[in-house]
Amino acid sequence: MSLGFAILTALLAIGLLALIFGSILGFAAVKFKVESDPLVEQIDHILPQTQCGQCGYPGCKPYAQAIADGDEINKCPPGGDATIKKLADLMGVEAKSLDSAHGTEDVKKVAFIREDECIGCTKCIQACPVDAILGAAKQMHTVITDECTGCDLCVDPCPVDCIDMLPVKDSASSWRWDINTIPIKQVG
Amino acid sequence: MPNNYDDIIEKLDNNQLWDFPGGVFPAERKTLSNQTPIGKLPIPERLFVTVKQHIGVEGHLIVEVGQKVLKGQALTKSMNPFAVPIHAPTSGEVAAIQKHVSAHPSGLPEMTVEIISDQQDKWIQLNPLIDYQSQPKIKVLAAICDAGISGMGGAGFPTHIKSSPKKDVDFLIINGIECEPYITSDDRLMREHAWQIRQGIDVLCHLLKPKQVLIGIENNKPEAIEAMQVACRENPNYRICSVPTKYPAGGEKQLIQVLTNREVPAKGLPMDVGIIMHNVGTCFAISDAVFSGKPLISRVVTVTGEAVEKPSNLWALIGSPVAHLLAHSDYNPKLQKQPNVIMGGPMMGFNVINDKVPVIKTTNCILAPTDTEISSNNEQACIRCSACADACPVSLLPQQLFWHSKAKELDKAQDYNLFDCIECGACAYVCPSEIPLVHYYRIAKSEIRVEQEEKQKSDKARERFEKREARLIAEQHARDEKHRLAAEARKQAMESKGNNAKDKIAAALARAKAKKQAVNIEEETSVSKADLANDVIEAAAPNETTEASATQPTTKVASSNQRVQAAIARAKAKKAAAEAATSNVEVEVPSEVEVEVEVEVEKNNDKVSESIKTETQSKNQSVNAKEPAPHAAKPEPLKPESASSESVSEVTATKTATIAASKKARIAAAVAKAKAKREAQKAAETEQTSKEAPLAEVEDPKTDSSQEPVKTQEQQIDMKKRKIAAAVAKAKAKKAAEKADKSS
Repeated sequence: MSLGFAILTALLAIGLLALIFGSILGFAAVKFKVESDPLVEQIDHILPQTQCGQCGYPGCKPYAQAIADGDEINKCPPGGDATIKKLADLMGVEAKSLDSAHGTEDVKKVAFIREDECIGCTKCIQACPVDAILGAAKQMHTVITDECTGCDLCVDPCPVDCIDMLPVKDSASSWRWDINTIPIKQVG
Repeated sequence: MPNNYDDIIEKLDNNQLWDFPGGVFPAERKTLSNQTPIGKLPIPERLFVTVKQHIGVEGHLIVEVGQKVLKGQALTKSMNPFAVPIHAPTSGEVAAIQKHVSAHPSGLPEMTVEIISDQQDKWIQLNPLIDYQSQPKIKVLAAICDAGISGMGGAGFPTHIKSSPKKDVDFLIINGIECEPYITSDDRLMREHAWQIRQGIDVLCHLLKPKQVLIGIENNKPEAIEAMQVACRENPNYRICSVPTKYPAGGEKQLIQVLTNREVPAKGLPMDVGIIMHNVGTCFAISDAVFSGKPLISRVVTVTGEAVEKPSNLWALIGSPVAHLLAHSDYNPKLQKQPNVIMGGPMMGFNVINDKVPVIKTTNCILAPTDTEISSNNEQACIRCSACADACPVSLLPQQLFWHSKAKELDKAQDYNLFDCIECGACAYVCPSEIPLVHYYRIAKSEIRVEQEEKQKSDKARERFEKREARLIAEQHARDEKHRLAAEARKQAMESKGNNAKDKIAAALARAKAKKQAVNIEEETSVSKADLANDVIEAAAPNETTEASATQPTTKVASSNQRVQAAIARAKAKKAAAEAATSNVEVEVPSEVEVEVEVEVEKNNDKVSESIKTETQSKNQSVNAKEPAPHAAKPEPLKPESASSESVSEVTATKTATIAASKKARIAAAVAKAKAKREAQKAAETEQTSKEAPLAEVEDPKTDSSQEPVKTQEQQIDMKKRKIAAAVAKAKAKKAAEKADKSS
């Protein structure tokens, strides 16, 4: 009798505890719900945000989502090996070399519109994923160089082929020290 | 504060100083250049004044190519507080404003004003501010800023920013350490111009109101210490501190540590510990600016090294090319395996790209060493001796930094406080493996900076992309919503008017009918394009019957619409006639031909008149076109007639939908009129071309009758019309004859 009572009490007690913790967990799940997948956000922060679509997805965020869902990490040519390395670290997978099917790593470029040839068709403005082209219908357009990600998406739509992708020039502030120019390190 | 002011003063009173960790003792080699007074460098032929010579932003240029400038004239101007102007170092002409190799390790071209000296060295009007003590601080600061003064010790921070702190200043430290080997420019400046440096310190004291001024000079410059002591004798607040010689005691943070034992926090400024530091050269420039109004256009530069025959200090104009200084000091490149000129000292300087690099405000030394003076670079593997860690003046772990920098593990290098490295080169100096450590750090630093910049840019791009996506979605929603509302409105309208659906159907039917009618009319008119021209002729003749036939339906309808139409038609016809008349002035010659036509027309009255009509393309119309001027009023009945054909149909149309039909009819009439006019014009034109061979056409008009079957409508035209045509032809022939007479 007493044994049966003890078992019953234990079952009841554990059941009650399970109920309490279950409700707490359920409440927490609703109360502290994370809106989006934090992993996607993290991946998105690593990607270079050129929004060029060379990975086959319409922008960096969709590719981040795809990586989180198990896609390959080596489909981002603008990011290059540095991005692949970071993604590999984050995802805990082996770093691979860039998938050449999606393009090759290139020097950083920005779009440049030869303004006297522009006919003002606004096609490039519609193509630009970051609104970095300024202009209006039948007005000359120009690229806001500081905002341009060099994604190349404006080049194809241009009916008069007046957009060039120019490599970004080095300035004194962005110049990287060259190990070969080391002159001296010791005196006398 | 652990090192409060009184403690520090007490210790300084006892001639005791602190020390900083690490440090090295390289060979000084200062006697090469500090034995002779500062020499004067002749004015070079061309000067290259770099637009940006300081930390901050450059001003915008206010001179143009070809403009004459005077010595001391400002070349740039800016409202930005972090901008200081540059000045013309001598009088002359601005030869070019273009990119020129810069005094930067990269040697990347930067915007430079090139001035050709006229060797006159003529000063601009100077405005000294001798009574600075009675002037507001802001005015003194403005004078310093306008003189283009930025820190002359190395970094080139704008002096007026440094001289307007928002906190109380405990110590103003004047840096006369000059700890790098070879360099003696500050040494010679203190020896020869101590008085003026003291005046500059006075100005800074007026601005900063420090509790104490400390003038730090290394104890390897006894002459300079003595000169400064003499100059500052009258100011008890100025304390000359003889600092033990140790590299890099002249570093800002190291000197602060030596003199006050205060440590500037990482990423902080000396101001955070109540200290401001200025270089002696800057003090000299301030005194020049305030007491004589001269801007900063020259500085003392040490030209030294064993590859120059006459090492010395020189007053060099800012913008003088390095080649000019070397030539003046008898530089002998044969003593070097390959030309090797260093700007700055041997520890922290950099190789100049070529000898056209100009002297800038921070250039204190040009060093041309022989190959034996400076060992070549033969880097070997790190043996983990940790000598670098012992030498580091900021207590970093150079070895760890080196590993991570070399392996591009930038985040780990940052974890080891890479950015606290002052790049003094002490670690590289002591390294037994001769590893150029500082250069690895510099590369890592610049890569981190670039990465951070890219990160910022990508964050911005992401934000812009997301905003754009949101905007596109919002726009799509707005469009969908609009369409939905419009659809709803339509549905509602349909429902509300559902009861009189029958009326609607009737109205729609009427509309459709009217449209059909209009189309018919149009077809008619288009088919009878040629006819219309004929009609004009017919109408031109005073034919009562046609008029009657025209008036009949008109009276039937008896609507004002018809009258209006008639009026419009008249006006149009008039216009057409006038045009035709003007275009026909030249066509008077074939009057005889016309007469012939007349004769013929009279002869075979019925048939020929028809055939004449078939010549609408040229003959008849031309005949008609010539005529209308006097018969301007005549064409009017035509339109009613053409309208009559319409109005017949109209009558039936009006029964179902009067308004719509009449409107359509009017349009149709207008179209018909326009067509008629065009025909007339065309005829006039074609006549001009065909007037050379009108005889041929007229002589065998019967051949034209072959066209008869084509124009089926014409066959239906009754006799009256033919008669009219004949009459018209006659009238025209007469007219033409008259004209021909007149013109002849």
